[in-house]
Order: sequence, then C-alpha cells, then structure tokens
Amino acid sequence: MTVQLRPSAAACPGCIAAPAEPAREMPREAQIALSLPGIHCSGCIATVERVLNAQPGVTNARVNLTLKRAMVQAAPDTRAADLIPVLEQAGYEAHELDPGALSATTNDRAGRDLLMRLAVAGFASMNVMLLSVSVWSGAEDATRDMFHWISAAITLPAIAFSAQPFFLNAWSALRVRRLNMDVPIVLAILLALITSLWETSLSGEHAYFDAALTLTFFLLAGRYLDYRTRAVARSAAEELAALEVPRALRLEDGEEREIAVSDLRVGDLVRVRPGGRMPVDGEITQGRSELDRSLLTGETLPVYAEPGTIVSAGEVNLTGPLTIRASAVGQDTSLHRMADLVAIAESGRSRYTSLADSAAKLYAPGVHILSALSFLGWLLYSGDMRTALNIAAAVLIITCPCALGLAVPAVTTAASGRLFRKGMLIKHATALERLAEVDTVVFDKTGTLTAGTPELTNLGDHSRADLEIALALAEGSSHPLSRALARAAQEAGIKPAALSDLKEIPGFGTEALCRGRRVRLGRAAWVGAEQGDQTAAWLAVGDAEPLAFTFTDALRPGAEQAVAALQASGKRVLLISGDTTPAVRALATRLGISDWIAEALPQDKAARVQALTDEGRKVLMVGDGLNDTAALAAAHVSISPASALDAARVASDIVLLGHDLGPIADACETARKATKRIRENFQIATVYNVIAVPLAVAGLATPLIAALAMSTSSITVSLNALRLR
Amino acid sequence: MDVLTFLIPISLFLGGIGLVAFLYTVRSNQYDDPEGDARRILNSDYDDHPKP
Repeated sequence: MTVQLRPSAAACPGCIAAPAEPAREMPREAQIALSLPGIHCSGCIATVERVLNAQPGVTNARVNLTLKRAMVQAAPDTRAADLIPVLEQAGYEAHELDPGALSATTNDRAGRDLLMRLAVAGFASMNVMLLSVSVWSGAEDATRDMFHWISAAITLPAIAFSAQPFFLNAWSALRVRRLNMDVPIVLAILLALITSLWETSLSGEHAYFDAALTLTFFLLAGRYLDYRTRAVARSAAEELAALEVPRALRLEDGEEREIAVSDLRVGDLVRVRPGGRMPVDGEITQGRSELDRSLLTGETLPVYAEPGTIVSAGEVNLTGPLTIRASAVGQDTSLHRMADLVAIAESGRSRYTSLADSAAKLYAPGVHILSALSFLGWLLYSGDMRTALNIAAAVLIITCPCALGLAVPAVTTAASGRLFRKGMLIKHATALERLAEVDTVVFDKTGTLTAGTPELTNLGDHSRADLEIALALAEGSSHPLSRALARAAQEAGIKPAALSDLKEIPGFGTEALCRGRRVRLGRAAWVGAEQGDQTAAWLAVGDAEPLAFTFTDALRPGAEQAVAALQASGKRVLLISGDTTPAVRALATRLGISDWIAEALPQDKAARVQALTDEGRKVLMVGDGLNDTAALAAAHVSISPASALDAARVASDIVLLGHDLGPIADACETARKATKRIRENFQIATVYNVIAVPLAVAGLATPLIAALAMSTSSITVSLNALRLR
Repeated sequence: MDVLTFLIPISLFLGGIGLVAFLYTVRSNQYDDPEGDARRILNSDYDDHPKP
C-alpha cells in the first residue's frame, strides 16, 4: 500500500518559494491491491466487493476475477492491514500486493497494440476476401479491375499498420545480417503487394491482396496468443514478487519506524519481530531468539541466536524480538551475492535453441532459395519478367510460414493454460520443450519435498499427565515446534493442565509452575538434556528426567505421488539436501529414493547437477532455497514452489503455485504431449507445402489455391493444438 | 452492376462500424477481466437500476 502524495509545488509562485511542509501536501486516495487466491465465482465477486465497500474509508473496490485480485481506492489513511482481517472473516484468503511491483499498465499497452493490429488485419482481410470471392466466381474486365483497385486501397494502409511488428523484427534481424522467421514473411508480403499492384495496373487476372492480408492476420493471431500466454505468466510472477512488501523496522532514537528495505544503510539498527525475515546481513545487538536458516542452508534445526550472532538476510526469526546492526544492505547481502552464481550458470542455458528457432533456421533459407530458383527458371524458360515474378511471389506466399507461426504458440497456449489451472506457472518460453526432454529429477528436501512445518512423531510415548503439561506450555509460545506440539496434542483430545506464572524465554523455551513444581519446555541444553540428532523439544517436570518430543518435517502434499509417478515413468530421481544425514536418510527411505546426498553445500548441489548434465542427462531441478539457486540455474529446466525465496523463483523456469507437488509429474507428461503436438504441427505444415509448392513452382497456383492452402493449414494446426486439452 | 456503387461502400461502412466499436472496447479496458465480466452478468445486484 502506498499513499501517493501530490507534488507540493503549488500553482501560485509564492507557494513555490515557501518551504515545502508535509501538511501542505494534499494526500490523494490510497490505491490498495489485494491478492485473493480463493475467489472463483460470481458469488465471491459480489461478497468481496460488498464487504470491502462497506468498510469506512473505502470509496471503490473492484474485483478482477481473471487475475484474482481486488483493487481498492480508499481514503489516504486506510491500510491493507485493516481490510485483510475483514475479508478473512468473510472467508477469503487475502494478501497485500505491492502496487509498485505490479506494472500492469505497461504490459497491457503491448497487448492492446497487438490486438488493434489484429482487428484491423481481420477487418481488412474480410472485406478484401469478399471482393476476391467475386473475382474468383467470375467477375471480369472492368468489374474485376475495379474490385482489385478497391482491394488495393484497403490492403495497402491496412498492411502498413498491422504488419509493422514483422517489418520491425525483420529489419532488426537483417541489420545484424541474420535471418529470422520474419524475413520470409516480410518478403512474401511485400512481393505479393508489388506483383499484385503491377498485375492490377495491367488489368491482370491474379492479385494476391487477400493472401497478403490473411497471412498477416493469421501470423498476428499467433503472435497475440504467444503474448497472452507470457503476459499471464508474467503478471502472476509479478504478483508473487509483489507479495513480499519490502518493509523493515528501523530504530531511530529508540523508536521503531517502518521504512522501505531499500532505504536501510550500513550501521542502522533494525528490529526484527518474531516471524519476520532478516532484511539485511548483520550482527545481533539485543535480544535472544532462534533462527530458521532452512531457506539458506536446508537445515531444519533452528539455530540459537544471542547478541553477537551473525545473521544473514533471508533467515527467519522465530521466537523473540531481535535488534540487528546492519553490516551489509541491498546488493551486498549474501542473498544478493548468490545472484552472481546464478548469472554464471544461466549463460549455459541460453544455448538451448527452441523448436521454432531450429525450424526457422532450416526453413527461411530454403524458401528463399526455392523462390529465387523458380524466378530464375521461369525467367530463362519464358523470358518474361512478369510471369517469373508472379510465380516467385506465388511460391513465397504459399510457403509462407502461416501454419509454422501458429504451430508453436497455439500448442504452448493450450498447454500453459492447462498447467496454470493445475497450479503451475510457465515462466520461460521454452520451458515446456525442455521439460519434455527431462530424464533425471533432482529434489531439494527442506521446503520442497517437505512443507517446512514440523510434525510430532512420538505422541504415543508419553503419559497423559506429561502431555497435558506439555500442551499447556506449548500454547504459551508461537515457536513452530510448540505450535506443532499443541496441534498434535489437541487433535489427540488432550486438555491443557492448569499452570501458573507461564512465561516464554526467547531463544530457550517456555517455563511455568505446576502445583508448585517448575516445568520447562524448550531446548535440550536449557532443560538439562543431551542434544540428539533429531529435531526435538524437551519437557522437564520438576527434577525428573527430561522427556523428548521428537519432530519430523511434514511431507508436502503430493510429494509421495510425485516421486512415485516420476520413477514409474522411468526417470531417475535424486535427493540432494543441505540437511543432516539422518534426516535426509529418513526422508529418502520414506519416499523410496535410493540416490541421496546429505549435508551438501550450495556449490556441491550445482556441481552435482553439472556432473549429471555432463553425463548427457537432462536434469529437472526442484528446489526452493538460496542454497538451491545455483543448481536451479545450472539444470536443464527448473521448478520452484511459490513459497521459495525470490532469488530461487527468479532462477527457475516454472513456479508451482499451490502446496501440492503432484502436478510436477503431470507437467512432465503434458510437456511431452505438447512437444509431440508441436512436431505434428510442423509435419502438417510441411505436408501442405509439399502439395502446394509444386503447383506454385509449375505456375499453376492461383490466388484461390493460395488462400485455401493457407487457411486450411492454419486451421488444422490450431485444431490439432486444441486436442491437447 | 450499378448497384455495386452503393453496396461496396455500404459493406465497408458497416464493417468499419464493427471495427470502430471493437477499437473502442479495447481502449476502454473491456478485456481486462473477461472471466469476471462473464460472471457479473449473472449477478442480480443492479437489475432494477444502474450502478450509481
């Protein structure tokens, strides 16, 4: 939520001279963007809008169901934090979005521009086709010439406007002396226009105005589909980035002030509340707590923190409030240094050539040579420049990559839409093609296969009386282990014991008095127990031997199915984690993964992925932490869950939006089918060319045949793509 | 065939109206939320009077 302030420079010159006071700045309405992942029907729209509009200060709220967002205009002092609880009460999950990170308008301009060009091309081609049909059905002499002239009058301005993207692309390719798909397109369009104008001025029989326009129309349709798919992915990715509103609490003369993370400087004192993420690297000056480092290292065991402990940006503070003196901010934090590793690994991936590119590489020179040969052949055979040029134009038009231009975007649109509904976001244009080739899958453990939330494992080992005390103590803390313990005990029907003097000691645990005896729940050392290799909370009742409550990281839903399905489809599955050996071994056994590596450093992960790649394997890396980032970038294709760190999401090609891991196996299958459809589409387009090109070279092609070949191949290709659903 | 002098301009004009209408809808953001708009039509909130 940002409150936009009007510039203070007032209209009268006297006021400009006056010092700008904050009071003079008239606050404008606040723009609040909310993400509503749960809305899905007209009832939801109505409820959300009614609830929001009923809030004091809200002037207008509008829901966008396509983007699952609500935009709220409200009085300047309204905060998203006031609106979210109201929505949650109404039964809708809501998150604040950073409006600065949502640059919807700029994206939209490009899409709108394409849509306008598409509309103009469609309008013009329909009108010209109407005239062409009359010519084909037998209009002659003056009537035919008039129809051709009218067609020319419609076509020339329409092409000048709607084919601009192709002209620009072709020009930028030619300028660096390269060929792309747009060069034959532009050549075909221009040659068709020139020969048609020439023919028309000589009262000739054949004009290709309709062909030039339908060609533009179909190709623009392909471009637009391509754009839409990417725009949807981009807006959802932006939304993920916008979810983390970068704010920090800076201590100024002992008072907390909320500021943007980008305004923090080295030496600032920053307050991090329990549950908050470290915005900077630094040293703890005040407070005791425990830190969750799993996103950075993969370790699940929380680390004890006290004044003097060095912390890195990205770690999560668990129990007590901490004050940190910043030692590195912004780009210098260890979080950002990791990005350099990613950049190095990325350069390897750009070597991949998409199917469309490799088709174009084969296709563009072939078409030019064929057309030039038929021009030369006919020029030598008939000695007539006009006939030769006409035939060369016909060859170019008929071979023009209409169907090729649609072949890839039509399939990727269908496949991406299908995966998006299952909760996967395809970020990279060639991600689907690369996913289809995968034969090895590498998983990270913490936060990827596991949900990052602990689960109590030995509830049955304890007496009811101990459990009652443990539950009462656990309810006094918001530590993840305490919450897991409390949840498990409540589900087992345990009632909390009556305790007095309950207090939480940040970094250690909770302590209370129970019928005169001191009871403690917390770290091993604090209650006088030996630290084992498992995640555990210890309960000490009076002077009795401390009891261990052991925890395991809960599996993410769908993890077992995903691993089983991937193994069933013949892929090699590996588990590489930064966590301790016993924890990794336990999980690998549970999931049936025989190939696992524990205590891996970030470099080890990337090196292992690289080694697999060098063996000729196509690796899919699934990971969420900073320690996975380099491996994500080094892999052939990568997936990260939406809960991953920003850096990991940026490095990956596909983002998993939901909690469920199940879609990963489906995605591989969908990607394989999609690639098959793309290849089929190329074959269909080739078959049409094989039939039509000899006719064109032989000089038998008429505008009618060109129009038929072009339309039928484009439509067959689109229909074939739709079969994917 | 003289009738063509009327028919062709008329057909172009009618098609042009469609084009202009489409461009108007694009410019006024009417394709921003196709899914939501499809559902809103089923909402009976403003059946009796327009939204103020």
